[in-house]
Amino acid sequence: MSVEGALSGVCAVRPAEVQEDVDGVRPEVVARPVSTQETSALMRACSTHGLRVVVRGHGSKLAWGAPPERVDVVLETTGMDGLVEHSRGDLIATAGAGMPLARLQQQLGPHQLVVDDLASGRGRDGQGSTLGGAIATNLSGARRLWAGPLRDLVIGMRVVLADGTVAKAGGKVVKNVAGYDLAKLLTGSYGTLAVITEATVRLHPVPEATRWVRAPIPPSGLAPALRHVIDSQLVPHAVEVHATPAGEASVGVCFGGTADGTRARADTLAAELQEWAGGTVEVETVEDAETDDRPAPTSPLTDRPTLVRTTSRLSGIPELVAVATGHGMTVTGSAGVGVLRATLPEDTAAQAVAEAVQALRETSARLGGSTVVLDAPPSVKPRLDLWGPVPGLALMRRVKAEFDPGRLLAPGRFVGGL
Amino acid sequence: MTRTDHGSTTSALLEDLRGSLPPHTLVTDPSERDTYACDGLAAYRVRPGLVVLVDTAEQVATTVQACARHRVPFVARGSGTGLSGGALPHADGVLIVTSRLRTLHEVRAEDQRAVVDPGVINLEVSKAANPLGYYFAPDPSSQQICSIGGNVAENSGGAHCLKYGFTAGHVLSLDVVTPDGETVTLGTEAPDAPGYDLLGAFVGSEGTLGVATRATLRLTRLPEEVRTCLAGFASTDEAGGATSAIIADGIVPAAIEIMDALAIEAAEEAVSCGYPEGAGAVLVVELDGPAVEVAQELERVQRICADHGCFEFRAAEDAAERAEIWKGRKSAFAAVGRISPDYIVQDGVVPRTSLPEVLREMGRISRERGVRVANVFHAGDGNLHPLVLFDASEDGATERAEEVSGMILDLCIEHGGSITGEHGVGADKARYMPRMFSDEDLDTMQLVRCAFDPEHLANPGKIYPTPRMCGERPRLVHSADEAADPGAGALVF
Repeated sequence: MSVEGALSGVCAVRPAEVQEDVDGVRPEVVARPVSTQETSALMRACSTHGLRVVVRGHGSKLAWGAPPERVDVVLETTGMDGLVEHSRGDLIATAGAGMPLARLQQQLGPHQLVVDDLASGRGRDGQGSTLGGAIATNLSGARRLWAGPLRDLVIGMRVVLADGTVAKAGGKVVKNVAGYDLAKLLTGSYGTLAVITEATVRLHPVPEATRWVRAPIPPSGLAPALRHVIDSQLVPHAVEVHATPAGEASVGVCFGGTADGTRARADTLAAELQEWAGGTVEVETVEDAETDDRPAPTSPLTDRPTLVRTTSRLSGIPELVAVATGHGMTVTGSAGVGVLRATLPEDTAAQAVAEAVQALRETSARLGGSTVVLDAPPSVKPRLDLWGPVPGLALMRRVKAEFDPGRLLAPGRFVGGL
Repeated sequence: MTRTDHGSTTSALLEDLRGSLPPHTLVTDPSERDTYACDGLAAYRVRPGLVVLVDTAEQVATTVQACARHRVPFVARGSGTGLSGGALPHADGVLIVTSRLRTLHEVRAEDQRAVVDPGVINLEVSKAANPLGYYFAPDPSSQQICSIGGNVAENSGGAHCLKYGFTAGHVLSLDVVTPDGETVTLGTEAPDAPGYDLLGAFVGSEGTLGVATRATLRLTRLPEEVRTCLAGFASTDEAGGATSAIIADGIVPAAIEIMDALAIEAAEEAVSCGYPEGAGAVLVVELDGPAVEVAQELERVQRICADHGCFEFRAAEDAAERAEIWKGRKSAFAAVGRISPDYIVQDGVVPRTSLPEVLREMGRISRERGVRVANVFHAGDGNLHPLVLFDASEDGATERAEEVSGMILDLCIEHGGSITGEHGVGADKARYMPRMFSDEDLDTMQLVRCAFDPEHLANPGKIYPTPRMCGERPRLVHSADEAADPGAGALVF
């Protein structure tokens, strides 16, 4: 019996096309369930027949992590893309996992899910991340300083386990401590524990005004400038640092609030930053808070650089930036929370990439953080230790064994080859 | 009736622990053990089989290892202020008391971090950080006595979590003794540690996944300005309407609290808080942040309150006046003890927009059953704290109060809410979990339990009404052996 035959009648299934490889691994079919029930039936069939499943939204981050050992079925969530509920008074929304983040933001009007799409413009048809994909990778950008990482914004989920069991986690109220917070466990689990079909998220009002202060800061001034910004009482919504191997560095600080308030705070900070600035400090008003002109971690659509997430305690960020740029990396990220993204061009030799990753890993470990390779070119990736040391790995293996004992979901993609 | 003290299992365990722990840590005297029979929910009492007052994290591990060897259940306890019986001891088990682990290891403003032992009192963290311009944001009402370990177990909230979030958002890393006695570190000092978010699953797991022995906490910068105001309304309907309107206006206050007439009456009797006379409800709103914006928001809040029928509005001008406004709110639970010999505190949550309807329904239930219910609640996030008043010496009064309590929780569930917003499920609300979650939902949660604690030794009997047998598979799946060999499936391709 073919894979297509095994899944016939369960949901829409078609043969996978050549360009639908999952990081170089060829699936047999693409299945597109349109509901949680169909997803459950699909997983039951996959479980019965031992078929390995990788979940895909728009595929903008499908190559993140290690290539799966084997893929029979790509489970596409785009058939579950509806806005189920937007309760304005409660500042919550429920949507299907396949809902594109960009469309979700449009439909929410005066509210927003505060998540900055780090894969904006990538993926199928350049549509960026879906809600499910963002949750699976715990996508959290600049404004996490204000609203928290995505793991703090997901308040409920509907999921399908590997054996087809349908379960809900959490609910639709923000404050809720009834039972384990499975939504946190599943956020950032890269589709290896369960299939998320629907999520309820906490929203924030779009501020009346948003302003960015951008200051070029020479590397020598980075530590005191960041220290000053982080210790201020101006309540920034984002504190970003950007640095290149050419020795250029800048700090970007975002303020949201009333028109008068953000203007006053932005002007205050701009004046204060003059002390360390190596050029003109700009104050820029952003009309639409969602348009954010930070340099994308991966600019051209076809480009596939090495993309690394590296973290440290707040005071360690300048050193981490120096180590990254010293190894030829371009760095962008949240100095305010201690999470950076560093990239190396696609044509960098594997040895040089490995050395840069190793240097960052040693530095970040010493500074209370970690370094993870999210993606790398196919010629480089097999030669890298993607995850580095993972505290608690033995417990994670036990969690995986409980949720997915047959290792059907993205086997090998996550830490420790889970 | 006398219970046989120290069953054979506990005796063997005690012998074992006598060999590895200093004598002063072991409490065996029955009357001494009795002092630990309950936590903040005194309705449930169980004398623990053995109490261990640990001095070090290593002693926690030693104790848990011994429990694992002898298959004896253990329960961790911090300050014992929990309101859901989460630290209710096990009669044949060990109660591990962490309140002597009180070292505040580090406070680093430049990293916005504090590293503390689990027995450190919540407020002590803020006191240590205040001189540097920082504080620890989660502030449960019991913050003067509750411990960080307890906050972690319960994912504690407080009045200010509307804006600043719960404990889970303020813990970066934990050292944890798992139920097999291993010590593991979950998370890193920086966010986004690699792998599954076990830290996120552990916080709020009510002691059922292990015992936290050290925590790295996130500190928050003190706001430039804090303004607190008090608004008097004729009814909770109007106060609830004002709450929704404030949030809909795009304001995220640090806190919004409502007290109803009965709660105000109790607070007045207890602490003479001087709330507006004749108020059917008061609304306490606290705003914080940059001074310019706080001033603007205060004006908007005052206007919105006026639009919703507020008849008296006061804004505190200084810290003393602010404390005066909070005095009534913070004393409310204890104050209710003055107007009723007994009461049950509930902790249900409803979507904010359902507040007026749910409050009306609660009023109806209260009238119909002849059971008084006082309401003090975190209106901003829909977290109700109905206090169901009764006199246990009256025939059937306890049963009626419990019935009304259950009806209130059902009301919360019907409106898409939760049975607990911050107090936890514990021993008290486990029986209500199936009203909120299906068997599949509860079984799925317990997969995490099985990964951490397959023997169900860590705080058994809490949260889940029916423990899942670990290793039990509700449906046929491929065995791990087959999975290891991709060619061994039932299909031939």
